[in-house]
Amino acid sequence: MSELLRVEHLKKYFPTPRGTVHAVDDITFTIEKGKTMGLVGESGCGKSTLGRTVIHLQDSTDGKIFLDGKDITKVDKNELKAVREKMQIIFQDPYSSLNPRMTLRDTIKEPLELSGRFNKEQLEDETTRLMDLVGIEKRFHYSYPHELDGGRRQRVGIARAIALHPEFVVCDEPVSALDVSIQAQILNLLMDLQDQEQLTYIFVTHDLSVVRHISDTICVMYLGQMVETCPTDELFKNPLHPYTKALLSAIPSVDIHNRSKRIQLKGEITSAIDPKPGCRFAQRCPYAKEDCYRDLTLTEVRPGHFVSCAYVKEINNL
Amino acid sequence: MAKDKVKNEAVTESTEIDYAAKAKRNKPGSLPYIWRHIRQNPLAMGSLVIIIALFILSFLSPYIMKYSFSKISMRDQYALPNSEHLLGCDEVGRDILSRILYGAKYTMSIGFASTAISAAIGIVLGAVAGYFGGWVDGLIMRFLDIFQSFPGILLAILISTVLGPGFEKVILALGVSGAPGYARMMRASILTVRGSEYIEAAQSINCSTARIIRKHIIPNAISPLIIQIAQGIAAAGLMASALSFLGFGVQAPTPEWGSMLSSARNFIRDYPHMCIFPGIFIMITVLAYNLVGDAIRDALDPRLRD
Repeated sequence: MSELLRVEHLKKYFPTPRGTVHAVDDITFTIEKGKTMGLVGESGCGKSTLGRTVIHLQDSTDGKIFLDGKDITKVDKNELKAVREKMQIIFQDPYSSLNPRMTLRDTIKEPLELSGRFNKEQLEDETTRLMDLVGIEKRFHYSYPHELDGGRRQRVGIARAIALHPEFVVCDEPVSALDVSIQAQILNLLMDLQDQEQLTYIFVTHDLSVVRHISDTICVMYLGQMVETCPTDELFKNPLHPYTKALLSAIPSVDIHNRSKRIQLKGEITSAIDPKPGCRFAQRCPYAKEDCYRDLTLTEVRPGHFVSCAYVKEINNL
Repeated sequence: MAKDKVKNEAVTESTEIDYAAKAKRNKPGSLPYIWRHIRQNPLAMGSLVIIIALFILSFLSPYIMKYSFSKISMRDQYALPNSEHLLGCDEVGRDILSRILYGAKYTMSIGFASTAISAAIGIVLGAVAGYFGGWVDGLIMRFLDIFQSFPGILLAILISTVLGPGFEKVILALGVSGAPGYARMMRASILTVRGSEYIEAAQSINCSTARIIRKHIIPNAISPLIIQIAQGIAAAGLMASALSFLGFGVQAPTPEWGSMLSSARNFIRDYPHMCIFPGIFIMITVLAYNLVGDAIRDALDPRLRD
């Protein structure tokens, strides 16, 4: 499999009056073409920021982004246009990501219009094709977003994102604002589209069952740092980082005879404003020692399984 | 089979055209749509009729009224409403109905013109402050803070004192003193819209800044202003009346409604009709402007459609 996206040491800092927020701090990963990487972590850990930085909705502070082997970290205006046609985003909240003054058709038509690739007639045909593709009924083509339910709105958001056949799509919690019954529909749509269009996804979510269902690899984040990354099955079977273990133990189980033992984390989340060096999880980690407050490196514990913990071997008896 | 298929296609095609045509007719914001919306709303329709009728009557009043607005007749001094003078006469025997109709165009056009000035200044300042933010925002807003620390009527009086009384000067005074309110509203509205995800979405599909402002920000930020403008016309009309009442506005013998009230107040105990009628007309006009403004706002916002 060929690699589509490679991110190296990506950083995104936000200057604020109270100090610099290290929203994304030294993240490195690669995604293969046609695969899905799940990006999980609790609220505010920088997963959405990472997604947005990768597709150039925000400028990165440091690090490099490669698409198809080409460095796209710093691009000029024309290149940015090309990059954005290849990399798209599906937003979390289908209620606020659609312009309430535009009909669904106009919303989906807009990226096609802006690409300048279509004449008037093709524009209409292509718009209709997209609306059929994501399953919006004809009677809703000229409706406004507020007239629809969340699932249909999210379909519009998806159609807008895939309109120009991008290679890579960031799904920023696309189902977390939807009813559970609708979630499955949208997930299936996303997976069908992935097959049809050879799409590559970053799937940002905090819902572990969703991410298990859809992703090929998973990347766990904690306060801007990457904690652990490996193939999905491996992560659920054999989590190595203490934070990942705690996270997975929080998944509710329906089997009363085999309740997983919940690991309760103590202490508060440290602030991402001007953080101390080293592992940011150390303050809540039951295994933390002094070394944890020094530099943090990602180690490949097993082939394809990276963990950023100084004591990963000791903790797991490896 | 083949026949059925053709038939089916024809059906889908016709429904498709139907949806598109229907959508076109129902496009909120288009003039025919606004018109249809007002027509369906009896209150707004009535108000519109009143406003237009008052304007027309005002311009026609010298030709259709039996008495001139300035004709003095001491015989009819303080006359109560009667068959000759439908709304009675004032302290020098001038026909009140003639004066009210003649004065309508002043009171009502002061409202229009000064609101147009306020809104134009306010929208530009507010949009610039809201969109660019940073020190531009700070500068504009602090300037407006200073401006707004005076009560509105005081500011209008101050400006009229400097400029002197007169029809155009009242418009200018009210226009300038009203601008900060619109600026503030526009800024707040733009800030809300600018943070929305659909603005980010527009960026992600390569929308230019100009297009984002034109197609995504302005249409969504403007609706609170529409209603504000409609009410502003009414409020500015009231304010003009207040200025005239205080003697800073349109000067006698021009029968502006506020100045009519002002001179009639001396006789309010004995001849209340001199106050009541101009007052009623001010009230009706203000109400009518408000109701039309509401209807236009509803028509512009697809979310408020029935």
